[in-house]
Amino acid sequence: MTEENPFDDIPGTTLFDAHKSREGYHLNMFCMSMGDAASREEFKQDERAYLARYPMTEEQRDCVLRRDALRLIEIGGNIYFLAKLFYVDGRSVRSVCAAMSGMTDKEYEQMMLDGGRSPEGNRSKSEWAQSA
Amino acid sequence: MAKIVASVNCSHVPAIGAAWDLGKTEQPYWQPVFKGFDYSKKWIADLKPDVVILVYNDHASAFSLEVIPTFALGTGAEFKPADEGWGPRPVPTVHGHPKLASHIAQSVILDEFDLTLVNKMDVDHGLTVPLTLMFGQPEAWPCKVIPLAVNVVQYPPPTGNRCYNLGKAIRRAVEAYPEDLRVVIFGTGGMSHQLQGKRAGLINKEWDNNFLDLLTHDPGKAAKIPFIEYVRETGSEGIEMVMWLVSRGALEDKVREKHRYYHVPASNTALGHLILENESFKG
Repeated sequence: MTEENPFDDIPGTTLFDAHKSREGYHLNMFCMSMGDAASREEFKQDERAYLARYPMTEEQRDCVLRRDALRLIEIGGNIYFLAKLFYVDGRSVRSVCAAMSGMTDKEYEQMMLDGGRSPEGNRSKSEWAQSA
Repeated sequence: MAKIVASVNCSHVPAIGAAWDLGKTEQPYWQPVFKGFDYSKKWIADLKPDVVILVYNDHASAFSLEVIPTFALGTGAEFKPADEGWGPRPVPTVHGHPKLASHIAQSVILDEFDLTLVNKMDVDHGLTVPLTLMFGQPEAWPCKVIPLAVNVVQYPPPTGNRCYNLGKAIRRAVEAYPEDLRVVIFGTGGMSHQLQGKRAGLINKEWDNNFLDLLTHDPGKAAKIPFIEYVRETGSEGIEMVMWLVSRGALEDKVREKHRYYHVPASNTALGHLILENESFKG
């Protein structure tokens, strides 16, 4: 039985709740370790070997190696933890946000300068279904 | 006796701290962000608070997923700037007020708000960016700072109503403290922003400005806003705005709006800023 979740209606959004947090525990704890300079170096030496220390799922591991932020969010990653992984590559949260929403850095930055993504048409999954 | 006389609300975007630290405040992109605090710096320099109670959230710096406290009050003597992956910010160590913080802890726990007490933690941009915006770059912060970290990273955070009522309990606690201290409370984070998924970059100016109105004039109504509305209308990270209700609850019902500022964008976020004073306060 799955619990009904009214937040599921919000498009393009994964709520990082207690269930997601459990699903992503080892993934996020790996990311947390990237807050430490020596660990960052070890990770950069051999990413796959470093990841083997954390009992995350194969898909999570694969998405870390491919830096697939959008999918990592869906399978238990939290942006504040994932940010530490992307900092290893010298990437900002703004750049990761651009990638997740399918835009280039430049397009995303221009959208923000123009006032950000409008809530119009972005409140409910039914609105996205209509425009698809 | 001690008294909370005013509140400061502002966003705590990490890129604002980086812009300050790298000397970019006069660049065209950042100048409109910092301009919004010209009045505020003078206001707080004139007010000279003895203590700031700073409501903020930790962003996977002091708290990983090992321990997730809903409300964590810093009762320690000092709190160092956290290394968030690129080295600690070059800002002064934060000095707490262990006596007042311990007093608040005892008072509000007996008032049925079950806080976690923290004697050792590093403080990240959530706490240091608001200090930079209000005080600039002094050798040492000009007052004591009591951190109050609220979990808004893992859902569910405390409700807006719970935050509002905790603010009221903090006001009662401070007013029962015998020493004469002038206290200002900061409620930080927000405003609308979403840092994840295909809807990243969401900004809702109309909602944010309505929230600023409500917070000033009808905080009881603001406290009733449900989580689903925050997430749908202001993005998954817009939920940080519940922390603004802690500071509002700590003031009187009637307040004077001294300053308001709103600007988009600060990186991914709508920057909001509000200064309120108790109506009874004759600065």
